[in-house]
Amino acid sequence: MGDRFSDRQLNFLVLANVLVIAVAVVFAGETFLSLYNFQSMSAQVPELALLALGVMLAMIAGRGGIDLSGIALANLSGIVAYVLIRDWVSPDDQPLTFVWLFAGVALVVGILGGMINGVLIAFAGLTPIIATLGTQLFFTGIAVLITNGSAVSLGYIEPLDDFGNTPVLGVSLCFALFIAIAVVLGVVLRYTPFGLKLYLMGSNPKAARYAGIPHRRMLFLTYTACGLLASIAGIIIAARTSSVKWDYGTSYVLIAILIVVMAGVRPEGGYGRVLCVVLSATALQMLSSLFNFMDISNFFRDCAWGLLLLLFLAISRIDLRAFLPSRS
Amino acid sequence: MTDIAADQAANSMPTESGINRFARWLVRHPPVVTAALIALVCLVVGTINPDFWQMSNLFDMARSTVVRGLFALGVLVVLASGGLDVSFTAIAAFVMYVMTMLVTNYVPDLPILVILLVAALGGALLGAMNGLLVSTLKAPSLIVTIGTQYVIRGFLLTFIGTALFMNIPNAMDAFGKWALFQHTGANGAVSTMPVYVLVLALAIIVTWFMLNRTLMGRAIYAVGGNAGIAERLGYSLRRVHIFVFAYAGLLAGIAGIMHVSSNRLANPFDLAGSELEVIAAVILGGARITGGSGTVLGTMLGVVLITLVSNVLILVGIPSTSQLAILGLFIVGAGALFSIKPRG
Repeated sequence: MGDRFSDRQLNFLVLANVLVIAVAVVFAGETFLSLYNFQSMSAQVPELALLALGVMLAMIAGRGGIDLSGIALANLSGIVAYVLIRDWVSPDDQPLTFVWLFAGVALVVGILGGMINGVLIAFAGLTPIIATLGTQLFFTGIAVLITNGSAVSLGYIEPLDDFGNTPVLGVSLCFALFIAIAVVLGVVLRYTPFGLKLYLMGSNPKAARYAGIPHRRMLFLTYTACGLLASIAGIIIAARTSSVKWDYGTSYVLIAILIVVMAGVRPEGGYGRVLCVVLSATALQMLSSLFNFMDISNFFRDCAWGLLLLLFLAISRIDLRAFLPSRS
Repeated sequence: MTDIAADQAANSMPTESGINRFARWLVRHPPVVTAALIALVCLVVGTINPDFWQMSNLFDMARSTVVRGLFALGVLVVLASGGLDVSFTAIAAFVMYVMTMLVTNYVPDLPILVILLVAALGGALLGAMNGLLVSTLKAPSLIVTIGTQYVIRGFLLTFIGTALFMNIPNAMDAFGKWALFQHTGANGAVSTMPVYVLVLALAIIVTWFMLNRTLMGRAIYAVGGNAGIAERLGYSLRRVHIFVFAYAGLLAGIAGIMHVSSNRLANPFDLAGSELEVIAAVILGGARITGGSGTVLGTMLGVVLITLVSNVLILVGIPSTSQLAILGLFIVGAGALFSIKPRG
């Protein structure tokens, strides 16, 4: 298994996780290592990490791929699902039906939103930046329109709340779901023709074209998958916070990109590993919790995320120069 | 990618329908669409609600184009060079807050001209930092400037302050009130066209001159059109990157002071989140996000259109909550329209 230790990025991320825990124990004491803290941290990871996985998919596909509309679509799918379902099914009388319908509608909204991005990018030929910038505003705008700009409380819906906040056998359910999704995505990227084609498209678009890869269909599918991931994030957010609102997680666009850059995904396309994104997300979440323990202001946290993003962009530059010869 | 095949198909067709030719002409002159949209919005809104044509409303809109227009000119220059900047609002907020604080506390009698110069310099320095990072990190400028946006805003709010500045320096206050001309409405209400709209006019002229009459302008369009070829022609990518981001920062610094002067207070939380509508304005003005194109005239038309959308929808009874959705549709629509490559 020599292969396992040859991925520098992976080694680095494992090290970063260990380092953050070590620093946290020094600064925040034993409470940081408590089961409760780990449960609450693991409950917060999925929503961000799912959005980051979406950004990763878009980046792997190349052509300046990026998805800026993730959190907007996540919020929108939660809002649309709740507003549509609440008149049909009472969450008090049939909670389980309500939750399944809620999840179903949210997923459909996510897929539709992703398809809009896909059509714009793959078929109308928009640059991913401008397409997802536009749809980000559009999705947010629709969400504002539906809710009139205020947060909508879901109230206490037992199955949904359990999914978001009650751990089973010490593991929070949304974290378990997230891990399952990450595993599926990892397998798809690594072992299916879809994954192979996606990496080829990103690393060498011209070769991919001559190899007969249907790039339009691939891009369409990729951005649809981003939408699907965003709506799952939306369901998890609704479950965890028992509310849906249009401006939840305004800094998630930055953090999702930060996670992806930290995971070593190349913004030019062609490279990115699911495992690295997951580890990068956990490292950031632990750092964020550490900031919480130390009572550091949210403003400083934003500043730190920005600095980290620039730092990791710089690190990825230095790596290329110093380590390329030794690899060949 | 499919250009060659499409070109051949187009060439093999001897006669072209008039509609087709018109469409091709439109694609080559994107601002025409924007101008038509402006005329349409004005006519429709003016018919539904004649209040639209009142001087006070027109003056209001002229005033609110100033800050947005300054930002948009900066974005245009960055976009023309093939980059994208989202940190300009953070730079503006930083410069305006720090300047207001310094001037109020240390040199309350500083004349406005010096304030503007220092603000422009400060903004340009922050912008140059962006440019340096973009060219050193060789990462997409969107990602880099998202990073610097958070660093600058986070630094401002953590280390400098979060409190409002209600009593701004006299020079800035006076500059905000200084009237170019006044108009007294039929009902006796006095509306003022402030002098600071001239700052935007000056910025428009300078930007136009820079883009069209200087070597740097040539270099910007060349780098935006094809960075690889421009580099082989001897243009220094690093110098162009640093220049465009510094220029955008300079305009953002000035825009920050304009914002304080017109609102008569300095709020460090202001301006955040208005990046997208500015970028929307520039895209609507026909600048392609892939770089190498864009005109000052088109950009200003885009700014007018965005200002119309955000100011007059209320006049015709469209709820202001629908603004964001409409802006989003505009970006996507303009992006789709202008992503059609001009042929022939």
